Order: sequence, then C-alpha cells, then structure tokens
Amino acid sequence: MRHHPSYRAFLAHRLSGIALALFLPVHLLVLGLAVETAALDGFLDWAAQPMVKAAEAILVVLLALHMFGGLRLLAIELLPWSDRQKDWIGWAAAAALAVGAGFVLRSLA
Amino acid sequence: MTGTLRVEIWRGAEDGRFEAFEVPTQPNQTVLDLVTYVQRKLDPSLAYRFACRVGVCGSCAMTVNGTPRWTCRTLVRKVAADGRVRVAPLRNLPVIKDLATEMAPFFDKGQEARGRFIPSDPSAKAVATIPPEDPKRKEADGGIECIGCAVCYAACDVVAWRPEYLGPAALNRAWTLVNDARDGDATGHLQAVAEDAGCHACHAHQSCAEHCPVGLNPARSIAGLKRLVILAALRGQL
Repeated sequence: MRHHPSYRAFLAHRLSGIALALFLPVHLLVLGLAVETAALDGFLDWAAQPMVKAAEAILVVLLALHMFGGLRLLAIELLPWSDRQKDWIGWAAAAALAVGAGFVLRSLA
Repeated sequence: MTGTLRVEIWRGAEDGRFEAFEVPTQPNQTVLDLVTYVQRKLDPSLAYRFACRVGVCGSCAMTVNGTPRWTCRTLVRKVAADGRVRVAPLRNLPVIKDLATEMAPFFDKGQEARGRFIPSDPSAKAVATIPPEDPKRKEADGGIECIGCAVCYAACDVVAWRPEYLGPAALNRAWTLVNDARDGDATGHLQAVAEDAGCHACHAHQSCAEHCPVGLNPARSIAGLKRLVILAALRGQL
C-alpha cells in the first residue's frame, strides 16, 4: 500500500527532517564552543577524521534532500498541478546527491 | 487453473481473527467470487457487502492482501501470486461484522467538508450552460466521477494517524463544488476544508491517487483546495 514513489518521497522528507532536528542541537553546541578557541580547535581536529567527514557528507545529503523535497512539496501545493510532479522526486534526489558529491569533492581538494 | 486456494477471511468485529477456507479455483475468478463461494457453500454466516458485481457501484471494496480494492474488479490470479489470498474489511472504518464496515463516518465527513451543492439561484428554471472547455469545469472533470467507495479513505495513512481528518473523497467532493459555476457558496466550502483536520492536514503521500479504482486523483483536488484556501486567507475571506 505504501510502495509507490510519492510515499517514499514523504518518508525521505520526514526521516531527513528528524535527522536534521537531532543534529541541530549538536550544531548549536559546537557554535557555542567558538567562544573558547582551545575547545573549538580540539573539536575541529576531531572533525577532520575521515569517518567524521563521511558522516558530514551524509548530513549534507540529508540537508539537501530535505530542502529539495520541501521545494517539491511547495511546488505541488502552490503551483498548478502538473502530472510531471513524480519526475520531481527523481530530480530532488539527484540534486541532493549532486550537492553531497560536490561536498565530498571540495573536502578532498 | 484447477484445484483449491487457501483464502483467509476476517471474522468478527474489531477484535476478530482470520479464518481460513479452501475454495475451488476457476478461470478468471475474482476475489468477490471467492468471498461469495465461502458465504454460499461453506459458511452462510459470513457478512460482506456487494451490489453490482461489475465495477459500477463500489460497494464491494475490501482489503485484499493488505491493499484496498474493489473485489469485483480484482482477479485472483493477479493478487494470489504466492497462492494465498487474505481478505479483510476496509481500513480506517469501524468493522460491523466480518468484511462489512460501518460507512457512516466516511459519509459524515462529506458533510463536514460541506460537500453538498448550494445553488446560487434556487429559483433558476433554465439549465446552466457550462462550456466543456471552461477551465473550472476542466478542474472538476475528474473529481465528479467519484462514486464514494472509500478505497482512497482506506488507503490514506493520514486518516489512520488522525481519525478526524476529512480524507481524500470528502475533500475531492468539496473541490468539485468550488469549481462549479452553479454553486453559490465557494467561501463556505473553503471555510469547511480550511479547518485543522481539512486539506492542510494532507501530507501528499498520494496513496489515494495510487489506489483509486477509477484512476481519479484526489491528491490533485486537495492541492487545488490548499491553493484556494491560501488565496482566500490572504484576501481575508476565511
């Protein structure tokens, strides 16, 4: 009953949203560290590890997925209906992966 | 195609259980045929609902292997790939007995969505002329074909999560009315669907459109209502 693209798009949007909501307090905590240079430097050293970088890339993909998924929803609800709206799911996913790939390439450069 | 098929059918009300029957198979047999065989030959106490048997009335909707369908239009060979058919009552509605659900909550929501025609001129004697190419007539085109079988309502997860949600069929009905040039209360319809459990509760899963047996798209109607409700709110009409 839930095996169709629009439902999967909903799940991706909802789960990425939950993941980002969990990430946000940690992000703000790190921003708080910025007032103490030593603590921030320690964190940045930790964050430079490959595993943490990989996790960061996933986070970037989730953020992009949530953003493009949200734009898709806005288009469905605010623009005249288009039967191409299912294609937008593919475009949103592709754009999110492209942003993630861009982040990885930039980190490697 | 000969032999027998194991058919599991929901028995009892909400707290019932599945009961298995062995039903002889036939070519081009439908799921409704299976249920009818059980009721006529194996257990006359089985309760289920049907009328036309040919995909016109929509009253034989049930859950077949987890999916809401018209059983009269569902061929057994299309759904019994693993040699098993499980038939349950429609989801999101109270079960009266076995496969028969209480449809009143579904139809009540049609009224809650103000899904009834309010004539702009009750004394009009001439038949209103609405050109087929009229954009609003085109918007209502698909929606007016709905016969209220509740398959979309059973397929909708938002209804399952928020039982007060009006659901795809009621909102689709409201959409046909706000696009009806003869209707005199577009604002009233929009006010009814702008409520907390109205069109904005829809998450655009689009399971309604995926499951509609006649290929209608209530998700499109709901998206249209969302746009009109926003415009009406901006104009201070709500």
